[in-house]
Amino acid sequence: MKINRKDVEHVALLSRLEFSEAELEKYTGQLDAILAYIDVLKQVDTEGVEPLAHVLDLKNVMRPDVVQPSLPRKTALLNAPEPENGFFKVPKIVE
Amino acid sequence: MDLFRLKAHELHEKLIRREISAVEITRSVLQRADKAETLVHSFITRTQESALERAGAVDAKIAQGAEVSPLAGIPGALKDNMCTKGIKTTCASKILADFVPPYDATVTLKLAATDAVIVGKANMDEFAMGSSTENSGFFVTRNPWDTDRVPGGSSGGSGAAVAAGEAVWSLGSDTGGSIRLPAAYCGVVGMKPTYGRVSRYGLVAYASSLDQIGPFARDVRDCATVLEAISGYDRRDSTSIDVQVPQYTKNLAAGVKGLKVGLPREYFVSGMQPEVEAAIRASIDELVKQGAELTEVSMPHTEYALATYYLIATAEASSNLGRYDGVGFGHRGEGSDIISMYKRSRTEGFGEEVRRRIMLGTYSLSSGYYDAYYLKALKVRRLIQQDFDRAFEKVDVLIAPTAPTTAFKVGEKVDDPLAMYLMDVCAVPVNLAGVPALSLPCGFADGLPVGMQIIGPHLSEERILQTGFAFEQTHDYHKMMAPLQEVG
Repeated sequence: MKINRKDVEHVALLSRLEFSEAELEKYTGQLDAILAYIDVLKQVDTEGVEPLAHVLDLKNVMRPDVVQPSLPRKTALLNAPEPENGFFKVPKIVE
Repeated sequence: MDLFRLKAHELHEKLIRREISAVEITRSVLQRADKAETLVHSFITRTQESALERAGAVDAKIAQGAEVSPLAGIPGALKDNMCTKGIKTTCASKILADFVPPYDATVTLKLAATDAVIVGKANMDEFAMGSSTENSGFFVTRNPWDTDRVPGGSSGGSGAAVAAGEAVWSLGSDTGGSIRLPAAYCGVVGMKPTYGRVSRYGLVAYASSLDQIGPFARDVRDCATVLEAISGYDRRDSTSIDVQVPQYTKNLAAGVKGLKVGLPREYFVSGMQPEVEAAIRASIDELVKQGAELTEVSMPHTEYALATYYLIATAEASSNLGRYDGVGFGHRGEGSDIISMYKRSRTEGFGEEVRRRIMLGTYSLSSGYYDAYYLKALKVRRLIQQDFDRAFEKVDVLIAPTAPTTAFKVGEKVDDPLAMYLMDVCAVPVNLAGVPALSLPCGFADGLPVGMQIIGPHLSEERILQTGFAFEQTHDYHKMMAPLQEVG
C-alpha cells in the first residue's frame, strides 16, 4: 500500500474536501493505484539533474509601476455569493 | 449550398466577392447546430443573438467597401474556460455554473478585433481535467463520427463542434493533450502552440506551467489563420513570449523537400492499435515521397512522461484551485464556520475527477512527500526536455501518433482513471517540454479518424504547419465531414 485510509483523510482535510465512507474507500484504492504507477519514476537516475519548474528561461518580469484602470468595486463583487456593503461576507473565523 | 461545410478560407473568398453574406454563413452554422446539438451536445452556452449581430456588422463593413480580416464573419466557438465578458464561463464545473466574467480573456479580445463571430462556449472536462469530456459537470459530448463514442478531451466540445459543422473553427486549451486528442478523435486539425506563444490571460488555470490555448479547424490553412489571430505577446501574461508572430498562412506551400523527419521509437508503444500505427506509417511514406528524409530517433525518457505529467499537473492544480473557496465568486455551501463553509463549497462544487486530482496534488506537495514525488517529477521533466533538445539537433520535426487508439466508447474507461490517463501517453511529453505540436487527420480505422502528430522545436509553428500542409495535399481526409446521417 502506498497510501492508506488515514492518509486520505488527512489529505482531504488539507484539500478542504469532504468524503463519504464509500468515497474514502474508493479514493484510497484509486490513489493507491495511481501512486503505484508513479513509482516508475524511481527507476530514473536524477543525480545532479536540476529541477525544471518552467520551460521558458524567465527572469523576473518587470513593468513600469503605473496605475492602470481596474474593475470598479461593484463589478468586482457581481459574482460574489454574499456581498454586503461593498464587502465579501463570510462565516465566523475567530471565536 | 450548405455553407457550414466550407472552410474559413473558402467562406472568406465568397464573402469578399460578395457571393454570400456573413449573416447567411452564421445562419447556416446556427441551423446546423440546432440539429446536430440533439445528438452531439458540443455547447454549454450558445450565443446566437450576438453572433448574428456581429455578422450583420461585418456585412455592413463589407458593404462600405472596407477590407475585412480572414476571420471576419466566420463563426467559431470558444472552450468554456476562456473568459467572455457578460457571457457565462463555467469551466464545465458546478462551482462556476453561474460565473459571468466581468472581463474578456486576451484571446477573446483578439478574436473580436478580427470581427470573428462567436457562436458559443464549448463543453469540456471539468477544469480541463480529462480525456473524454465525460468529466463535464453538466453533460457528455458525443463524437460526431460515432455518437456512442467520446470526442476526446478535455476540449471535446471544441473538437466535436468543428467536426459536426456547428462551428468553422474553435479554440481549445492543451495541458496534456487536450487539443490534440479531441482533434485526433474527431478527425479535425488541432494545434498546441509553443508555451508562451498565446496569452493565457483570462484562461481559467489548470496547470499553469503546461496550459496553452490553441486552434481547431477543418484544414491546416484555417488552423494557421486562427493561430495567427490569437498569438503574440501580452503584458497581462508574464509568461507570454515577446517574439514577433510570423504570417503562418503566407508560406504554407513551402513543401518538405530535404526536411529531416524524426520517428521517435518510444512513441510507437505496445498496446497501440495496429490500424493506427499503419495509418501513421503510411502517412510518413507520403512525406518521404515528397522529399522528406526519415531518421529514427530515441527519446529514452518518454515512458516516464505520463507519471511526471500527473504529478506536476495535479500539484499545480491543487494550488490553482485553492481559489474556489466560496468567498469571492463561485458556488458557496452552507457552513457555520469558515472551514466548514470552504469544505461544503468545494465538495458540492467539484466533480469526482477534479477532487481526485486535487487530492493527488495536495498529497505530492505535502510534508514528507515533496522530494519523493514533486521534486523528482521536476527533475525528470528536465530529462524529458533534454530528449527533445537532442532530437532536434538531428531532425527538424518529429512525427508520432497523437493517441495510441481511435475514440473509445462512452463509459468504457470512467471507472479506471489510470486507463483514461494512458490515452495521453503520446501527448504529454510535448507539454512538459513546452514545444508546439499539430494533430491532423491521417486516415481511418473502422470508420473512426486517426490523428498524426507533428512536433517541432520551440516557436517552429510555421515549419510544423508547412509539414502538415504538405501532407494534407496527399489525401482527402480534411475534405470529409462526420456524416451525422440522422441530421442530414
